[in-house]
Amino acid sequence: MNNPIEMIQPDAETQARFEKIAQGLKKRHAASRRLKTYGIMAIVTAISFLAILLTTIISNGYTAIQQTELQITLTIPAEKLQYDDGAIDPVKARNFNWNGLIKKAFLAEFPDVTAMLDQRALGEILSKNAGYDLRRLIEAKGSIPVGETKVWIKTSDDVDMLMKGRLDRNLDEAQRRLSNQQIGWIDSLVADDRIRLVFNDTFFTAADSREPESAGVLGATVGSVMALFVTVLLALPVAVMAAVYLEYFAPPGRVTDFIEVNINNLAAVPSIVFGLLGLAVFLGFFGMPRSAPLVGGMVLALMTLPTIIIATRASIRAVPTSIRDAALGLGASRMQAAIDHILPLAAPGILTGTIIGIAQALGETAPLIMIGMVAFIVDVPATLTDPATALPVQIYIWSDSAERAFYERSSLAIMVLLTFLITMNISAVLLRRKFEKKW
Amino acid sequence: MDTVVDMAKAIKIQAKDVNVFYGEKQALNNVSIDIEDRSVTAFIGPSGCGKSTFLRCFNRMNDVIPSCRVEGSIMMGDVDVNSLQTDPVLLRARIGMVFQKPNPFPKTIFENVAYGPRIHGLAQSKTELDDMVEDSLKKAGLWGEVADRLADQATGLSGGQQQRLCIARAIAVGPDVLLMDEPCSALDPIATSVIEELISELQQRFTILIVTHSMQQAARVSQKTAYFHLGTLVEYGDTKDVFTLPKNEQTEAYISGKIG
Repeated sequence: MNNPIEMIQPDAETQARFEKIAQGLKKRHAASRRLKTYGIMAIVTAISFLAILLTTIISNGYTAIQQTELQITLTIPAEKLQYDDGAIDPVKARNFNWNGLIKKAFLAEFPDVTAMLDQRALGEILSKNAGYDLRRLIEAKGSIPVGETKVWIKTSDDVDMLMKGRLDRNLDEAQRRLSNQQIGWIDSLVADDRIRLVFNDTFFTAADSREPESAGVLGATVGSVMALFVTVLLALPVAVMAAVYLEYFAPPGRVTDFIEVNINNLAAVPSIVFGLLGLAVFLGFFGMPRSAPLVGGMVLALMTLPTIIIATRASIRAVPTSIRDAALGLGASRMQAAIDHILPLAAPGILTGTIIGIAQALGETAPLIMIGMVAFIVDVPATLTDPATALPVQIYIWSDSAERAFYERSSLAIMVLLTFLITMNISAVLLRRKFEKKW
Repeated sequence: MDTVVDMAKAIKIQAKDVNVFYGEKQALNNVSIDIEDRSVTAFIGPSGCGKSTFLRCFNRMNDVIPSCRVEGSIMMGDVDVNSLQTDPVLLRARIGMVFQKPNPFPKTIFENVAYGPRIHGLAQSKTELDDMVEDSLKKAGLWGEVADRLADQATGLSGGQQQRLCIARAIAVGPDVLLMDEPCSALDPIATSVIEELISELQQRFTILIVTHSMQQAARVSQKTAYFHLGTLVEYGDTKDVFTLPKNEQTEAYISGKIG
């Protein structure tokens, strides 16, 4: 290279310094590459665990979206159920032996099955709640079909499992829930096109039941929604006021420090302790009703309180002090400055904190077990003091049940719970984006 | 320290032996000063000399800082600013403040100006409030620029416009004293000159105290200048005297650019 300009070279000392830096450079770059690799590995591990978890839940639970039904031809004796004018008499309908009717019609289709034990085995194909379901169907319809009618009746959970391939036919007969004889009957019914899989609407419209085919999550969902409603109603105003007080009014000193430390401690207290507190104070001392969403909500509010206080304080602090100074400089009282200017600006953060706290409360099981929301409840709660259970508790109850069919239902219930959680978290992000102001 | 008071002007505020402490550290030392009515008084001095701290004493903005303690008396008429009996809310309605960085509320232009009259219940009706907002914006020289977009976000204005909006917001409450803490330090020279003209106009109606880093600005807008150094008031007098014939060596060194 012919450079016409004579460039000044750095002196020897500077040269030596540069070389020393250059020598270490390779090591430094390698270290940062290594760190980057660790980071990527950590993220990949986390994502794969999440994928495994979701795959397991979905593959276990997706079959619960369908329910096996069996077609039966029967004649409903209208004269035993009606008033003289043809309307259905609810008392008669309630006292009528629907199960017997269905079973008789079903047995009549297998005239060669005569032995008592065989007949019982045949009856086990039907759901134990088939009669109840048929009554509800007729009552909803409002009229009784005349003559022979074909109706679809739910099968028992064992047949349901067989149809969904969750019952191994190759297993030794003694270890199977269905005998060879029963499987033979079912196969013949399948061959006649009299068994079908339909959408399991019961799962979304019913509360808990002893029979998996009659069990649903609506009761638990309503219980959760009620409890969370109480939680928001109690925790949000108390937490926001507490945060505003601590940020703007509390005189600095030992008492304030003590309160601050204990709010952080409270956030770390295991949730079951809040359950015990609720049991001792709300149920024991105040005599509030057991298993009620009201009490569940109160316990969850105690648990959520520190989370919302901490989030609110952080977002209040994130509002520039210049805004507070502007309001105070105009002669606004501290409360006016807080309510008119700081809280609206802190609202997105408060909202996000609240939703995260509520999402946490939604997934909480232990404190609800302590106050009796773990009970077996077959009705959808109508008021805040009705006995109820909650979604995570329902999952816990089902996953502990012996029937295989409850296993897939608990997985589907987990999916319902996750749907709620993800919806809440997405709405937190969206609301934050919508209300965030820039200045 | 000798204070020469022009007898033609009445005294608006009298500060006596003001001491300010931040925790253990003393920020202001026995500052006494008489502020003239309807004039501009400039506080100058190097960074950390206590001029902003002193300015914030007049409307008790130092109350917000937990470790800050103010001693001495500041009399405004028969109101003792520093007394526990004085309600800072009432005081700040009488003494408006404009801050270093323009700090409009992230609301509409109208809402910014209307906020003060609204919290103090000054307007009886919507039309009265509209008039007050218009009047304040006119006094702040901003009306012509924003008259047709009062419903726009204040944060969309330029820096200079935002600062004039802050002035309009402060005077909408109807104070008789305006405190300005380096109001032009975040603005370009053109916006600065607009604000300076505005200050000269506002001086007809308000007693203005201004903290500034720019000595040219102090010379241009003020009638009185106070020079602070390390928490003490070194020199106070007519601006033309302070800048042409400083009595104190430190003042002279600062003004001629040897220190600061």
